[in-house]
Amino acid sequence: MAEGILVKGGRIISFPGGLRGEADVLVREGVISRVERGIMPGGEEVIDASGCLVTPGLVDLHAHLREPGMEYKEDVASGSRAAACGGYSAVFCMPNTEPAIDNSSVAEYVFDRGEDEGLCMVLPHGAITQGRRGEALAPMGEMGSCRAHVMGFSDDGNPVVDSEIMRRAMEYSRSMGALIMSHCEEKSLSEGGQMNEGYYSTFLGLRGMPAESEMIGVYRDLCLAEKTGARLHLAHLSTAGSVELVRTFKRRGIPVTCEVTPHHFSLNDSELLTYDTSLKMNPPLRSAADVEALLEGLADGTIDSIATDHAPHASHEKETEFDQAEFGVVGLETCLALVVTKLLETGVLSIEDAVAKLTAVPARIMEMERWDYRARLQEDDPANLVVFNPEIEWTVDPNAFKSRSRNTPFAGLKVRGKVLHTVFRGRMVVRDGDLAVRPPGTSEVARNVMPTAASGRGAGEGG
Amino acid sequence: MSEDGNGHRHLLSIADVDRDFIISLLDSARSFAEVSTRPIKKVPALRGRTIANLFLEPSTRTRISFELAAKRLSADVISFSGSTSSISKGESLKDTAKTLVAMGVDAVVIRHSSAGSPKMLTGWVDCSVVNAGDGMHEHPTQALLDLFTMRERLGYLEGLKVAIVGDIDHSRVARSNIHALNKVGAEVLLVAPRSLLPQRIEGMGVDITGSLDEALGWCDVLYLLRIQLERVEESRFPSLREYTLQYGLTQTRWSNLKRKPLVMHPGPMNRGVEIESSVADEVESVITGQVTAGVAVRMAVLYDLLGGSHG
Repeated sequence: MAEGILVKGGRIISFPGGLRGEADVLVREGVISRVERGIMPGGEEVIDASGCLVTPGLVDLHAHLREPGMEYKEDVASGSRAAACGGYSAVFCMPNTEPAIDNSSVAEYVFDRGEDEGLCMVLPHGAITQGRRGEALAPMGEMGSCRAHVMGFSDDGNPVVDSEIMRRAMEYSRSMGALIMSHCEEKSLSEGGQMNEGYYSTFLGLRGMPAESEMIGVYRDLCLAEKTGARLHLAHLSTAGSVELVRTFKRRGIPVTCEVTPHHFSLNDSELLTYDTSLKMNPPLRSAADVEALLEGLADGTIDSIATDHAPHASHEKETEFDQAEFGVVGLETCLALVVTKLLETGVLSIEDAVAKLTAVPARIMEMERWDYRARLQEDDPANLVVFNPEIEWTVDPNAFKSRSRNTPFAGLKVRGKVLHTVFRGRMVVRDGDLAVRPPGTSEVARNVMPTAASGRGAGEGG
Repeated sequence: MSEDGNGHRHLLSIADVDRDFIISLLDSARSFAEVSTRPIKKVPALRGRTIANLFLEPSTRTRISFELAAKRLSADVISFSGSTSSISKGESLKDTAKTLVAMGVDAVVIRHSSAGSPKMLTGWVDCSVVNAGDGMHEHPTQALLDLFTMRERLGYLEGLKVAIVGDIDHSRVARSNIHALNKVGAEVLLVAPRSLLPQRIEGMGVDITGSLDEALGWCDVLYLLRIQLERVEESRFPSLREYTLQYGLTQTRWSNLKRKPLVMHPGPMNRGVEIESSVADEVESVITGQVTAGVAVRMAVLYDLLGGSHG
């Protein structure tokens, strides 16, 4: 294979600037060497991107890669393959592993496993408290200064119950320059819940999780962020009330950001009439009115980013009684198509805003320069990009997933928007919609092409 | 009644069935009730068919009722229960289902604490499935036997005024009865403190009151649900004593009624809680009548599911 890659004839979206029209991208020695029209091939691999969009590689703020401890669901290798095929160049993974990511050695282990695979960056979030038990703070400073440069801290699905501990965690995180990521849930209201509380939970006889459980958590953490000045990121918002709270606090100038998942903006709780456990997740699918509010929040900018909450589970953990099934759905390999299908085709977001919420905005939230990562297509930047065709229609087939798990509610759904090629650190990792690289664990290529640090400001925000 | 792609008929919920099915089933149950009055209480309708009772939640009445119904139709019956089957050893419902398929059963009657399990089971077995109560979801044969009893006692269902009193939130009996009564044109009033009513239950086509006395002045049928002590620990209401004061059918309330409604209860009754013992004694015949009707209705259901093809 010739040295370098030439992506020809695609429409470029990068920030700042947004949609730039048709141009070619020349990738050499791991970095973007030129972005302009009419670059003549010089022996590189030529990718025909006509009719396609060429954007920075996607960044997922919220995934569960299950390693260490639950490798039967997913591991960093299978998760990286799923991510690359979904167009991702960076995936932040949650610390609800076994053991929890609550110290630098586990954080470095996960980070290094990602580097070994070399398909995308795997960047661990750390736990707020030791063992995610909500009792004593985990060493944020140690995790932040280790090789993994942990920036985000979350106890994930075990939200910190004790408000005093959350307050101190926020104060401490501020000194560390860290970000608190909160899964907001007042558990005393949602304990034992299986789905959103409302007409459908009543009809189905399933215990409900009221919207207020999330809203109370959101309000508490917003108040504490306002008091402490901490940077707060709210995970997977699902209710109209939460969106309104965030809107109000943002107006007051509180440095809060938030995310929404594709399943929460695509589906509502009426789908559960089938008792299909692939529709069971936490937070649960909410009412149609909540989905409307999420779409409004996306459109008006209240919701900053789109994250997958990729949560793989083995088939036996889903093929069971509804109240015994695990919470969660996989999402890395369907996210982009759902954004195209549910947000672009319906006019909720412009293509520029959608791409920003999948790339530049999450990269800014995580201050990704610390990993020498730039979610933009600019000369001398590390070459992380995705080529996707927004017109191609395909049918979601879980058996084609690279993820080790198949738990998606979108099986059989016709969607539009297909990832064709993913370039990571100047190397084709996905070609024509499939992995382009060696069998896992047999190459050291990735680390040899680590780009030189491009100086300058972080990626700008689009739209 | 729903039919799957393999031609198997199931009874999973009353929400799934229509008025005509309910009425024809009640008619058929009436003929089967006659069988139970004969000296030899058996017909050969399901001879050679095998029915598995898969009861994964403690139940005596419903299990025995289904067993008797199957036996009076001459079917062979096998019983799995939560304490003796391998489910308590960690076997999944799916694997248990596959085992039943391998044994060649014609129908599975399932009772399970998890809502939706009967529906899930239909995807794993190659036979008919009857829901004998799933979590807080539905208990379709209970609603059918209740309607049977109402029609036998009062002569009509359309326009009937039925008040259901008690723990609606946790009650699959209430949900199935609400669907069934709505489908046959009866009116339903729920009587309970708000803390025992599930969210947006009004959407299922019912009215709500917090006052038992108001309901007593209105209803033709008073349907009492069983109240459990756990609800006090869950802060659903302050104490059993207070519940009885507000929502119990006490002797005083009963004696003061000029027009007495038909009193029903799915059993077992908590004497002294939802109904005072002396009132229970007075209305007992209706409640034991429900039990008798249960066998006839379940015979009608099993015959409807399995009788058509091989007879």
